Amino acid sequence: MVSLKLRDLRKSFGGFEVVKGVSFEVSEGEFVVFVGPSGCGKSTLLRMIAGLEEITAGELLLDGARVNDVAPDRRGLAMVFQSYALYPHMTVEQNMGFALRLAGVGKSERRRKVEQAARILQIENLLNRKPANLSGGQRQRVAIGRAIVRNPKVFLFDEPLSNLDAALRVQMRMELAALHRELKGTMIYVTHDQVEAMTMADRIVVLREGLVEQIGSPLSLYNEPVNLFVAGFIGSPKMNFLPAGLLSRDGGRVELSLSPDVRLTIDDVAETGSAQALTLGVRPDMIHVADHGPLRGQVLLVERLGNETLIHVDAGIGSEPVTVSHQGQYAVSAGEAVGLSIDTRRIHLFSPSGRRVARGLQPTQV
Amino acid sequence: MAKDTQSKARGPAVRTGPLMAPAVSLLVLWMIVPLAMTIYFSTLRYSLLQPDAVSFVGISNYIFFFQDPALWTSIVNTLSLVGGVLVASIAIGTLLAVVFYETFPGASIARLLVVAPFFVMPTVAALIWKNLLMHPVNGLFAFFARSLGLPPVDWFSSLPLTSIGIIVTWQWAPFATLILLTAIQSLDREQLEAARMDGARGLTLFYHITLPHLARAIGVVAMIEAIFLLSIFAEILVTTNGGPGSATTTLPYLIYKTALLDFNVGMASTGGIMAVVLANIVGFFLIRTISRNLDS
Ligand SMILES: Nc1ncnc2c1ncn2[C@@H]1O[C@H](COP(=O)(O)OP(=O)(O)OP(=O)(O)O)[C@@H](O)[C@H]1O
Ligand SMILES: [Mg+2]
Repeated sequence: MVSLKLRDLRKSFGGFEVVKGVSFEVSEGEFVVFVGPSGCGKSTLLRMIAGLEEITAGELLLDGARVNDVAPDRRGLAMVFQSYALYPHMTVEQNMGFALRLAGVGKSERRRKVEQAARILQIENLLNRKPANLSGGQRQRVAIGRAIVRNPKVFLFDEPLSNLDAALRVQMRMELAALHRELKGTMIYVTHDQVEAMTMADRIVVLREGLVEQIGSPLSLYNEPVNLFVAGFIGSPKMNFLPAGLLSRDGGRVELSLSPDVRLTIDDVAETGSAQALTLGVRPDMIHVADHGPLRGQVLLVERLGNETLIHVDAGIGSEPVTVSHQGQYAVSAGEAVGLSIDTRRIHLFSPSGRRVARGLQPTQV
Repeated sequence: MAKDTQSKARGPAVRTGPLMAPAVSLLVLWMIVPLAMTIYFSTLRYSLLQPDAVSFVGISNYIFFFQDPALWTSIVNTLSLVGGVLVASIAIGTLLAVVFYETFPGASIARLLVVAPFFVMPTVAALIWKNLLMHPVNGLFAFFARSLGLPPVDWFSSLPLTSIGIIVTWQWAPFATLILLTAIQSLDREQLEAARMDGARGLTLFYHITLPHLARAIGVVAMIEAIFLLSIFAEILVTTNGGPGSATTTLPYLIYKTALLDFNVGMASTGGIMAVVLANIVGFFLIRTISRNLDS
């Protein structure tokens, strides 16, 4: 059963189109995350679903019914805002019960529902406090509680964790995931933190400039990004993009050169047009430091994270330094010359338009 | 004092007393001298008609004043005027603030215009209302009434205190609008949106979200307005001269009449002290209700 369906949704602010035709479906119980760079229209799209922003064109269907012109409170959705947006003059209990009160739910029934939600979130002892007397994490819980109490068809979250410190964010991330399992509710979650997206989502919607770039499970986006943008956006540290010149093409097999003495041959490459310049995408953990590796370069910067060492190397290919992720600790310092080898099982080839044309290469010589 | 000990405890060992003394003594002189002189005059039998026959009479001025029904009428008039204008100007101010919070074409010019009455001098405002708007023959209101086939209202004879209240409200509503508009603009947009998602709209939204947010600012407006409204004078002098009868004689106007029409300095000073007491009582109740609102 389809819970939410977006059909070519568009939104313009005074002639300037911000959401440019977005279509996808969210099925019941799914946890969908919108990611994308700042200003790409994630919040706008979420607010259109919530009913806070008018829909310029397209259709929004909720359980099969068109809800474009239904008021926000009648859509049966609940939203958790980035700033929590608690009512400062009401106690936690009044905050959580406000929607029920406006809906005319009786006092005892209201109290029962609020207490039930408070128990789930472990904030029963805070019910009589005002928001001003709560910590950031507690406010966050109250805001989530306010959504739970309404028993909505879909939960909407707009960067709910971005105001919390790193440790609390990790904790709330786990709690939200647990909450999703417990409530089995449909959730749509906006973030620009790709760790949040990767860890919590059933499916991720990657947006750029008001358009959907790719929709899929976290690992499918990581393993099979459809284009340069998704490849660069998903995964941290970022994928390395190396310019590769096309030497020759024979059906699906192409021969590329990374540098004068590094060549590779790749099979099963889709049509790339007549262009000569392709892009090779290699994740940092697929490049290794090897004394006799085919690529050589000078170390620019070493970032030691303890469990992982990030080595930025100027390999003379392309304009950006190559990032190498080494599991564990590695004794190397800036200025040293190192050799690099590329593990070719997980590399991607992109056409000049940015489309991915092949992966899992069979190189002849690297 | 507290500040003094504090700076001794933490700051450099400079004696701040002598430095503050000039300002403090000026302030004390400024307040105490007129008050003391008023109290002194209020114990004298002192009429400008018989400037040589000044004598000390103790509290008999007060006794006489308390027995004068004009005092009680004037206090009732003062409180009705202050209370009525407070309620009306805050109600109108809140309404206008909510209206002008929305953006519409020409909003900035409209905001400017709505504040304009505040800058019109009281005498001018009163004269405009008296002669151009409320005049039973030439006034605009009378014109409207006649064109609707109704008998024109003779505002200053049939509704004198109300008429003055309307003029003063016209002058002070912009002030309330200005302060409340600033306050309303600080209302968190996400909070409004959360309330909308919770099902609040129109009046419920106003009552549950906007009004509580404005409570503090309304308190401030009430306090400031009360201080100025207690001493409303020019509007009364220009329009009704305290009449008809004593229908619009407020305490300040009564003092003026006693001092400058009856030339009775002693009695006028007594009235002045009464005004100070009244202002303090009003201030006390205002501050108490407001601070209770702020705590909750
Ligand atoms: N009310 C508005 N009027 C005009 N333009 C707007 C309005 N709201 C958003 N925009 C524009 O729409 C675009 C998308 O904004 P949106 O808030 O959806 O971005 P976002 O993806 O949520 O970004 P962030 O990650 O920074 O929150 C931006 O370019 C923004 O300037
Ligand atoms: Mg946003």
